[in-house]
Amino acid sequence: MTATFLMDGKEITIEDGKTLLDAARENGIDIPTICFHEATTANALCRICVVEVEGQRVLQPACIVKAATSMKVQTRSEKVVRARRTILEMLASTMDLSEATDIQQMMYEYGASTSRFPDAERRESEVIDDNPMYIRDYSKCLLCWRCVQVCAEDAQYTFAINFDGRGYETQIGTFFDKRIPETTCVLCGQCAAVCPTGALKPKREYLLEQGMSPNEISVLNTSRKQRKVKG
Amino acid sequence: MSEIDLTPLKPALEKYIPLGRSGLLPALHAAQKIYGWLSESVASEIAKNLKVPLADVHGVIEFYSMFYNKPIGKKIIRVCTDQACALKGGDGLLDHLSHHYDVKPRQTTEDLSLTIEQSPCLGLCELAPAVWTMDDGRWTIGDGTKEAYRPSSIVYGPIRELTKNCGSGTTSLKKYGEYTALQKALQMKPEDVVAEIKASGLVGRGGAAFPTGVKWEGAAKAQADQKYVICNADESEPGTFKDRILLLDDPHRTIEGMCIAAYAIGANKGYIYIRGEYPYIVPVLEAALKEAKSAGYLGELFDIEIRVGAGAYICGEETALFESIEGKRGFPRVKPPFPTTNGLFEKPTVINNVETLCNVPLILSKGSLAYRKLGTEKSPGPKLFCVSGDVNKPGLYETPFGVTLRDLLEMAGGPSTSLRAKKKKLQSVLFGGAAGAFATSEHLDVKMTFEDLRAVGLPLGSGVVMVFDETRDMRDVLKRLGKFFAHESCGKCYPCQMGTQRQMEILNRVAAGNTLSEDFIRLQDVGWTMTDASLCGLGQTAASAVLSAMKLWPELFVEGRRLKVESQKVSEVSKVSKVSKTKSKAVKKVTKTTATKSKKTTTRKK
Repeated sequence: MTATFLMDGKEITIEDGKTLLDAARENGIDIPTICFHEATTANALCRICVVEVEGQRVLQPACIVKAATSMKVQTRSEKVVRARRTILEMLASTMDLSEATDIQQMMYEYGASTSRFPDAERRESEVIDDNPMYIRDYSKCLLCWRCVQVCAEDAQYTFAINFDGRGYETQIGTFFDKRIPETTCVLCGQCAAVCPTGALKPKREYLLEQGMSPNEISVLNTSRKQRKVKG
Repeated sequence: MSEIDLTPLKPALEKYIPLGRSGLLPALHAAQKIYGWLSESVASEIAKNLKVPLADVHGVIEFYSMFYNKPIGKKIIRVCTDQACALKGGDGLLDHLSHHYDVKPRQTTEDLSLTIEQSPCLGLCELAPAVWTMDDGRWTIGDGTKEAYRPSSIVYGPIRELTKNCGSGTTSLKKYGEYTALQKALQMKPEDVVAEIKASGLVGRGGAAFPTGVKWEGAAKAQADQKYVICNADESEPGTFKDRILLLDDPHRTIEGMCIAAYAIGANKGYIYIRGEYPYIVPVLEAALKEAKSAGYLGELFDIEIRVGAGAYICGEETALFESIEGKRGFPRVKPPFPTTNGLFEKPTVINNVETLCNVPLILSKGSLAYRKLGTEKSPGPKLFCVSGDVNKPGLYETPFGVTLRDLLEMAGGPSTSLRAKKKKLQSVLFGGAAGAFATSEHLDVKMTFEDLRAVGLPLGSGVVMVFDETRDMRDVLKRLGKFFAHESCGKCYPCQMGTQRQMEILNRVAAGNTLSEDFIRLQDVGWTMTDASLCGLGQTAASAVLSAMKLWPELFVEGRRLKVESQKVSEVSKVSKVSKTKSKAVKKVTKTTATKSKKTTTRKK
């Protein structure tokens, strides 16, 4: 079974059950994504992939909405562009995107300003360096949820991390802010692997960036003690 | 950490263990009742017993405002400072209490005897300013001067269909009488009950106005071994208090409505999810459920469990409410799939608002034809309005659909009289709550029906009619709206998570008179992005009232607005006097309209 529908005026036929994002990608239409990752359950929470579907009151997330026959989809309508640009501008006013190159590219493409929201409260936090494998820099976290998902049912079933706070104050956290070695974390590294912004980063990479030499790092690794790295 | 004695916790947890993760919120409530707060050791013990990952338990505690992971006062005084209470001095009361007890808002005394909190809407808007005190598990409600064990119910209006028993002083089954509507339903085929509800034209009263019969039909047709009926009593929309009165004064009506729904769709389990701010309803409801059980209305075929929220507006969103019952953070789910097929525990579920369910016995007893004689063709039946703010008689008003805003304001004693006995004029009415929109005197003759309000771009929402007279600074009202949504956003989707924060920041600037150039367009972009792109109804309506205010009073949002505001106010007043038919000789005094200490006033005589 297939579905035939219009995307940006182009007639597309696609296997039943595929999403609008699949359809776009198979047909060379660019729909940006942030939280979406092939290996994790799509939650449609970043809303950057929203598109306009005729007859729908609100914009629809392409990553989960299934293509259906006789749908009419606009991927770059005025509404869509405003929503994407504003989401990007809000991200830039909230967190450190210095290592999120994909998002920087999107901002350029959508003409999103990094200083659209003056006097905005930013989400800032200290780098947490509490285990031998990875560091956590939540100033760079854009809450895509991927790390929480791979730590739970999407991959590892470790359940070491969850959320602190709510709303804008949300941050990824551990049980009563425990250090990673005191949690159920098994240091599998999958969270760091799916992090899109460098908020979670292998310790070695971080230390190299901090200017340490591979030799210094190997000494550190043989040491049992956790050491505060001087930036 | 080991100082906390876990012995009393273990027996308290026992009954929640079979529930597994779904027992998490009740278990946390039970633990907090014992210890006052949730320590690491207590949380670990709960996690172990219910077999929930530690990090997840922590995540749940962090999500709900009324779960505390740090020691808190034995006594907690919560003062509402949302819109309706702010009009009646909520801020001043909070200040007074914190001076009196010498503890700042959101702080706890060193000896852990008292905590004072500034609270989002407590659902006591007609009794504003509202204060809710919990003292070692006992609660009192009051305005700071007098306190009571339960809030009083003030009910007015030309008809008493849904509110027949409200204010009668008893909630016994004897007073309510037999569940005759249920008995009648049981004589019918389930599909005929659904057909009757469909024929009645009943639509949801929680705000979304979805046809109830269609919802029931969906769940009735779904194939499953288990189905649920849920009563959404997480009434948290600022300005709304109808469900509180219905449940507190007449719990059997809701229970009967749920029984009928259960029969119609084939459900064998029901939940009533009450917001945590209504603890005084719980014992009343428990007693009513017990009575219904002994009378044989509830039992093996269908039984109802009470669940209590813990301070999260988002849990009024149906899928977030499911998550909450399932023992999770109240994150809304993506729809579709819809609750009628994939609801609570992924099973077919009908979830209805309290007022909606109260209409059900009425429809069954009267028959849909007679029911439709009330109200209008497209909005049949009775409607409850929660009238608060600048009126002489705030309260719950029951009217048929189709009365005008003017009728309602006249019943409620219009914008109220000042101390100097000069009648103040109407400035605006907030319709449908924080997620609603503003009306002005231009809308006085609009009929209060879904179709008439929709035609002028106003939402009926949950029936909120919050009145502001001409002396009120709408920027202060908007600032509070902004704060409310920023506090209540769950943080899941980006437009709402960041948009509510940015909206609040801009509205704070506007209220403080520090509006930046381009704030107008910034606020529009944020508002429309939330409206168009958010995941759930909260985000999609978080800018609704703000956008409506921007349309009505664009002058309030531009840089250097002070002069403009004055002139705009004058034209506003003259508009009022043209339309308004009341007291045309009154002197219209425009007092300061800002929070910026501008002392300029304009007096205009007609």
